[in-house]
Amino acid sequence: MYDEVKDEDFIIIAVAEESRGAETAREFIEEAKPAYVSLIDTEHHVADLYNMVNVPQSVWINEAGQIVRPAETAGSHDGWRAMNREDMSVPDDAAALIAKAQQTYVGAVRDWAVNGSASKHVFNSQQARAHLSLPDASVATANANFRLGRYLHSVGNTKEAEVFLKTASDLRPESWNIFRQAMNLKELGPMGLAADEAFFERVDALGAGRYYPPPDIEGFPRELGFKPPA
Amino acid sequence: MVTVLTELGASNVAATNVQGDNLWLKAADVEAAIGWTLKPQGLCQGEVCIPLPRSNTENFVNGDTVNVAEWWRLMDRPVLHDNAGATWMLGAGANQRADVLNTLEAPDFTLPDLNGTMHSLSDYRGKRVFLTTWSSW
Repeated sequence: MYDEVKDEDFIIIAVAEESRGAETAREFIEEAKPAYVSLIDTEHHVADLYNMVNVPQSVWINEAGQIVRPAETAGSHDGWRAMNREDMSVPDDAAALIAKAQQTYVGAVRDWAVNGSASKHVFNSQQARAHLSLPDASVATANANFRLGRYLHSVGNTKEAEVFLKTASDLRPESWNIFRQAMNLKELGPMGLAADEAFFERVDALGAGRYYPPPDIEGFPRELGFKPPA
Repeated sequence: MVTVLTELGASNVAATNVQGDNLWLKAADVEAAIGWTLKPQGLCQGEVCIPLPRSNTENFVNGDTVNVAEWWRLMDRPVLHDNAGATWMLGAGANQRADVLNTLEAPDFTLPDLNGTMHSLSDYRGKRVFLTTWSSW
């Protein structure tokens, strides 16, 4: 997509929320050979500033530095939850929803990249404010606990670090960023993913709730596409 | 020495007194540690000054020392520390974040790329920026 749009008008800034630092992100970034700005955020500062709770989430910012779409799911879909956890296969109907979600979102971003403020996906300021998610005091305290935990972990005080990281997650249960990063700092799971039993238990507990809340984009599939565990 | 974490980063500073949830620093060290300066009109950051409360002033300032933890709590921002009182986290407040988001002006940040080169969001003013996050986990 990036290649189709002129550099002077549009840029992608991809931020890795990666407390283990640049080396963990390096192989992923180099493999993707990105033609965009790729940054490393060990402290999840961007998630803190924009009140994000998961990856991938994105924000659209116009030429004047104004938010024209606040933090939202960047095209991912909950269809992955229909995955067979033994062989990782995804049923066709769920896979189709995942593909449609991705296509719809990328299409919207492309429309904005080409047409700028004339894109129908650009919110006016009233709409943008209505889509903002704002932090409350427990979110602010959760973020402080996360940062202190991450710092103590980085200087080798893992025992106390785990206490602060757990408090962070307890104070902000809707943040998958905090929960999964804390899990990842504790131990690298299979394939480096923070997706152990505790993760899947938490996902199942969502029921009909969303792991990836659908962005407010026309045509984006809003159905779950599978029957969630009761 | 204690380590003080704020949005400015981590700074090591000599504490004059650490007692429970209170962290006293020399007034001269306060700006480097937390980005606020003690002035006659109160504690100031840039143009913004917040006066010290008229009562209990001794909980905030004592001679040439400042209780930065109590000051942070007065601003309704989270204060945390490790068991030893050696590492302090002075976090951002919910209102501080919400007020910025409500203006719809995209909050600026500065982060390194893989080579360690720093980039700020504001470097890209004049372009449409699709800001997106990902992770390896």
